[in-house]
Amino acid sequence: MGTDTVKRERGARLAFGRAAPSRVPDRLLKWVLTGLAGLILAIIAFFFVRLYVEANPALTKFGHFGFIFDNEWNVSASRFGAWPLIVGTLITSAVALIIGIPVAVATAVFLTELCPRRLRETLSTLVELLAAVPSVVYGLWGIFFLIPKLRPAEQWFSDTFAFLPFVGGKVAGPNYFIGGLILAIMIIPIVSSISREVMATVPSENKEAALALGATRWEMIRISVLPYSRPGIVGAAMLGLGRAIGETIAVTLVIGNSPNIGNALFDQGYTLAAVVANEFGEAASDPVHRAALIAAGLVLFLLTLLVNLIARFYVVRAERRRFGGGERVLEEALDKAI
Amino acid sequence: MSELQPISARRRRTDVAMRGLMAAGTLLALVPLGLILFYLIRRGLGAWSWHFFTTDPTGRFIGDPGGIKSALIGTILIVALAALIAIPMGIGVAVYLVEYGKQSKFANIVRYFVDVMTGVPSIVFGLFIYIVLILSGSLGGFAAWKGSVALALLMLPVVTRSAEVVLNLVPNGLKEAGLALGSPRWRLILRVILPTAAPGLVTGSLLAVARAAGETAPLLFTAFAINATTFNLGDQMNSLPIQIFNDVRQAQDRIVERAWGAALALVVLILVMTLTARLISRRSRTQT
Repeated sequence: MGTDTVKRERGARLAFGRAAPSRVPDRLLKWVLTGLAGLILAIIAFFFVRLYVEANPALTKFGHFGFIFDNEWNVSASRFGAWPLIVGTLITSAVALIIGIPVAVATAVFLTELCPRRLRETLSTLVELLAAVPSVVYGLWGIFFLIPKLRPAEQWFSDTFAFLPFVGGKVAGPNYFIGGLILAIMIIPIVSSISREVMATVPSENKEAALALGATRWEMIRISVLPYSRPGIVGAAMLGLGRAIGETIAVTLVIGNSPNIGNALFDQGYTLAAVVANEFGEAASDPVHRAALIAAGLVLFLLTLLVNLIARFYVVRAERRRFGGGERVLEEALDKAI
Repeated sequence: MSELQPISARRRRTDVAMRGLMAAGTLLALVPLGLILFYLIRRGLGAWSWHFFTTDPTGRFIGDPGGIKSALIGTILIVALAALIAIPMGIGVAVYLVEYGKQSKFANIVRYFVDVMTGVPSIVFGLFIYIVLILSGSLGGFAAWKGSVALALLMLPVVTRSAEVVLNLVPNGLKEAGLALGSPRWRLILRVILPTAAPGLVTGSLLAVARAAGETAPLLFTAFAINATTFNLGDQMNSLPIQIFNDVRQAQDRIVERAWGAALALVVLILVMTLTARLISRRSRTQT
């Protein structure tokens, strides 16, 4: 509506004796750009429909419910139940969150509140460089460094704390824990940088008030910084979880790729993304196997979609509370981190 | 009014302990970076030689495994084509969102779906391209350009979101001045808005390219891998991440050594792009 009136007013400029500029290229550009934007919607819709259609042979053979909850993924018997893969994905992601989030939040607190100014820029650049290391390089390092070096420590832990659930027994080289640890390292930069941007929005009045009442530096962080930025941190953690669920290559190299649910944290496993990366090459000849892998990809897609929706909900809510929906500081923080 | 009390020893201890804990957390986050770089340089540099960069992988298991020439060339070509697709498209969508769509319903839906795309795992993009471009059969089998399309899908949301942020920073006064002088909108966009935002657009695009260069999963079943060097994007093509992924799983020391060398080359490539992007954004920030 607004642009219409502007155009009409522009026509009136003829009175100055200059030819009005042609409106054709203007319209053209507008329609081309709108078309591009529409194309994105079309791609996503097409994306979803095609994945579903191609996954259908497996979903009809085993049933939607059966495919997800059946506990056997056996290529030679042509039985495909995704449950061991889903469990593997959830275990590694949980380990990643348990290890990664505290470290990432501690980093964010340190960099925004405690770090000497001179060091801040350098340290935050270094943390963000972790995000620049490609997934396959993490995998390479995981195989040749993490797995052999951590094995004695894992075995010790497994023996000493055998009374805990899911601990105990012989440690496998590649296992759930190593996969989770690699994921933790990979999600630290994104979680930490979003948390940092969120903590930077805490009004200095809140912090100064705490300090003026005699709070120590840590008490100030505990009573003003952390509660204020909690929704943002939760959103950041959920985005990290989305990353962890979808991460493929690094996990494929260190998880062991065994399609049975392990009894313990230090057993071999498999994840949704890893099974697709590993088996898709050989599945071209077997339509059911191929459809099952595509269905696994579809489950993965839906899982990340769900997690990202929740993340978005928290981030947007944090933003509303703070700015009444006006500014978009947090979303920009998100963009930078992405 | 009570008297001002000194901070008790217990509170002071907690304070010191927690501050130490936060600092320790930061150090802990940096340990993997240090270890990875250390191992990459130590084991990767050992693999580097003139021969390493100028020969193709031989594909032989015993004897000389060859170098990474085809992988290096393949990565550059595949990523360049992906950038050619994703950067103009991403910036175009961002211009639409900032200049035309604004807060309209359609624009917000597009924004939302761009966000959805950033969350899609890269392997799912690979699956999608496989289904659409290879399984359908009419376009032939594995080809490098199909890998590029998969990478482009991955880069598109990153480029769009970062471009949108930068375009929003172009001062309104500048746009209004252009419109007041009677400039049509398309010329305003091409002559004023895009040049003003250029450094930021370059930064965002470079970061997206750097991210795509390290991706393995979307190339696994789109571009595939052959050992010989080819410049034809219609053929199957080797690439650094795929080369590393395949070499890692070989139980032969000289092949694993090539994986380290290739990993170092890939990380150097990505770090150069990332640091250039940061440099450009910092310089443009100090200028304005």
